[in-house]
Amino acid sequence: MSLLSVRDLTVKFAMRDQTVTALNQISFDVRRGERLGIVGESGAGKSITGFALMNLLSQPGYIDSGHVMFGGEDIVRFSDAQMRRIRGNRMAMIFQDPMVTLNPVLTIGQQMVETLRAHRKLSRAEAEQISILKLREVYIPSPEERLEQYPHELSGGMRQRIVIAIALLLDPELIIADEPTTALDVTIQADIMDLLLELCQSNKVGLILITHDLGVVSQMTERTLVMYAGRIIEAGPTRQIINDPQHPYTQGLINALPQQTLPGHRLKQIPGNMPSPAALPAGCPFHPRCDFAVDICRRVRPEIMRFAEVEIACHEVSRLHGIPYKEESA
Amino acid sequence: MSSLSTNEIPASRWSRIWNSKMGHSFRGNPVAVVSLAIFLVIAFGAIFAPLIAPFDPYDPGQIDIMNSEYPPIWIEGADPQFLFGTDDQGRDLWSTILYGTRLSLMIGLCAVALQAVLGISIGLLAGYIGGRLDSLLMRLADIQLSFSTLMVAIIFLAVTQAMFGSETFNQYAIYFLIAVIGVAEWPQYARTVRATVLAEKKKEYVDSARVLGFGPMRIMVRHILPNSLSPIFVISTVQVANAIISEASLSFLGLGMPPSQPSLGSLISSGFDYIFSGSWWITAIPGVVLVVLVLVINLLGDWMRDVLNPKLYKG
Amino acid sequence: MTDIIAPDSRPLLELKQLEKRFVLDKGFLETLKLRRGRIVRERRAVHAVNDVSLSVARGEALCVVGESGCGKSTVARLVAGLLTPSGGEILYDGARTDNRSRAGMMPLRKKMQMIFQNPYASLNPRMTIRQALEEPMHYHNPAMSRAEVRDKVAEVMRTVGVDPSWSMRYPHEFSGGQRQRIAIARALTVDPEFIIADEPISALDVSIQAQVLNLMLEAKEQRGLTYLFITHDLSVVEHFGTRVAVLYLGTLCELADTRTLFENPKHPYTRALLSAVPQLSDDHPKHIRLKGEIPTPINLPQGCPFYSRCTYANDRCRVERPLPVQKPDGSAVACHAVEEDRLDG
Repeated sequence: MSLLSVRDLTVKFAMRDQTVTALNQISFDVRRGERLGIVGESGAGKSITGFALMNLLSQPGYIDSGHVMFGGEDIVRFSDAQMRRIRGNRMAMIFQDPMVTLNPVLTIGQQMVETLRAHRKLSRAEAEQISILKLREVYIPSPEERLEQYPHELSGGMRQRIVIAIALLLDPELIIADEPTTALDVTIQADIMDLLLELCQSNKVGLILITHDLGVVSQMTERTLVMYAGRIIEAGPTRQIINDPQHPYTQGLINALPQQTLPGHRLKQIPGNMPSPAALPAGCPFHPRCDFAVDICRRVRPEIMRFAEVEIACHEVSRLHGIPYKEESA
Repeated sequence: MSSLSTNEIPASRWSRIWNSKMGHSFRGNPVAVVSLAIFLVIAFGAIFAPLIAPFDPYDPGQIDIMNSEYPPIWIEGADPQFLFGTDDQGRDLWSTILYGTRLSLMIGLCAVALQAVLGISIGLLAGYIGGRLDSLLMRLADIQLSFSTLMVAIIFLAVTQAMFGSETFNQYAIYFLIAVIGVAEWPQYARTVRATVLAEKKKEYVDSARVLGFGPMRIMVRHILPNSLSPIFVISTVQVANAIISEASLSFLGLGMPPSQPSLGSLISSGFDYIFSGSWWITAIPGVVLVVLVLVINLLGDWMRDVLNPKLYKG
Repeated sequence: MTDIIAPDSRPLLELKQLEKRFVLDKGFLETLKLRRGRIVRERRAVHAVNDVSLSVARGEALCVVGESGCGKSTVARLVAGLLTPSGGEILYDGARTDNRSRAGMMPLRKKMQMIFQNPYASLNPRMTIRQALEEPMHYHNPAMSRAEVRDKVAEVMRTVGVDPSWSMRYPHEFSGGQRQRIAIARALTVDPEFIIADEPISALDVSIQAQVLNLMLEAKEQRGLTYLFITHDLSVVEHFGTRVAVLYLGTLCELADTRTLFENPKHPYTRALLSAVPQLSDDHPKHIRLKGEIPTPINLPQGCPFYSRCTYANDRCRVERPLPVQKPDGSAVACHAVEEDRLDG
């Protein structure tokens, strides 16, 4: 059984003069202990997915329809109180900026003990013991001293380790990491990624890694979702998506990386910009930037379809697989 | 190319403002709408006072001492000629209030303009050039702020009144008032402008202008100043209200506009002697106008601060 | 440090023992500190750039790489004249530029331009695109007529791929990629020969990064531009740079041709940096793990700045700062271990 199962999740934002659909009928599963990557550029809806899974969307955003089944229960229908029991406890989140999670006026120890005691019946001393254990697990030197320190006294890499330690405090079943290393330097990023990978593997924790960096996804995850303009356009095993991308956008994204071109030559760029969710083009949202776009792409939005291991939303890919264009699928 | 791009300008400037974020928030805020409406009515009355007012309070030929202290028309014993009654000298109170509001508004606006010119220049220089000049100018501002505005104004006005004599002073009272209110409050502007300049100076567009070789004057005036306007707008509204109050206070104390050219403050003051002899309206009606005027300006300022949300550094 | 020889005999830009310190304790009272019960006078300073010497030849793209706090942006700002060095010299086309007044810099302003990291901040939000582009042209060419300026602006806009009919719009109406194009257009309006690019693509999305990088390559070929390219992204360096300078804590670790550096990195820091880049490839190569984290550049140790994190460090590294030494393949490496051949491989 899947640990997390998302079905037709749609998130809308009620703006001043219109309602904008930021996520459009997203469906995917995360198995117990599985590492899933969500890739996309800014505005693709990947961060909103993370917030929606945690039921953390704030005004003007709201879940319009769909289900998020976590451990067999639909958490979309949960009350705030029910959600609080899950958040931080069975499901934890790591943000890009550690200072979003850490309270600057409390010591690391206070924050860890608070978190523990909010969910478990523990004495202060017991909670501190667990905190020290967890800090040691994320390779923080002299954890006893760190408990007394304030976030601003620590370096960026150290802070992100502490955020990971806090996320692991209550042994969650799923961690949602939203660009956890984007603000860090490469050498530190590599360390943090190694750490996250190791912890997820050894503790059998599911991981949803939201990032724009294909290299990170390639190193960290087993399966990948590629998002574009609020939809999943390609999903499947990470290796297959990186090595043999099918959707023209995924191909473009990978080919645009400087590593894919001989030094000094032109990069294979994708023309244009991602459309704003308020002004999506008719048909396939990628068609204005797509080299393969034909008439039907401009009129009919492609449904996501399964081809063996991968799922792809593209008329051209469907045609190559011998499925004729379907007019009525709009 | 030019014809193409001029065609690109979408709609008129007014519809742009109407549809902007400010326009939206304005329409959604009844307090702001009502305040602006009241302010416009008062401003309209003040600007067109000579056309609206039935009498000219500055013309001694139209004043008859026999008409003094008529009550407003809704009270028994009123003369229907005089809508709000008359004051102790027999002037029509309605006309006098219109002219007085005109004076009060003018003094307020001019004094704030003077403050703004002084404060913005000093704030720009202090913020952009920094270093010793900054320390010097800001210490000056601190010293200026440590004197209460009214105290400085009272001393200055009392001394000038004594020096030039009442006659000359009354003739030039309006200029003295503008000067003293203007000079006394520039540090408010200077501090706010300096704070925004310090924030703007760090942004890359200023570096970009420096790399292009632009001079400090050009960078300050063409690049930084337009980006520091929001907080300037906000404090301007508050300052106009403050200046009107300062003017009224000074006039009330007899250091402002002479009774022959009464502003709202001097009207209130002149009626104050009669408040216990039954002629309360001479003080009360101009008082209400003053309160309403200051209140709507402050409410507009509040709304503007909420919309523009600049970081106001006060004190 | 004259042994670091650029391909061209006369470099376009030369940095000689460049140094920049930012004093932290400015006032007299701030310099007083309590140390072991005694009041001492101490002035702390951030050593942002220490003894950096390098040169940029005409027509090349020298990339400066390093992690945050390594002083790469400070180098860019020193060269652009936005900061004054605390020591050393900057020579442009053989003439010193670091001690010039604003008026003295004016002729250089047309030759040397800068592109900034954040396209959301580098354009004045209250100026239309046309105003932003016309302003430098009017300023530097007062003799040009309005029509000429307008035509030139339209031409520059077309070369960077922004429709000239959008010139009446304000920056906030454009996406990040388009803004960066406009920022590049603004730098190109004065026909520069040398461009300092401070992380020009790191604020942009992957597909937009490729567009902007291509644009910069095109401008290089068409106009014969020389670049000083500051970045933290090594894959961009490999693609864009002809030579690479690796900085760590404001100090030059390694300077080499791009090919040489990527095929045969020598400095232990360069090796760690290269191994840390997440790759697309199937295998999961173990990256070289560095001890600890980057120390603060306040009051640097006297020895090698990389000493605290280096696995090859010995006593000599602790006390003696290594100087860049020329290698047979043309690279220059500042490392005692490399010099003594203590590294394996």
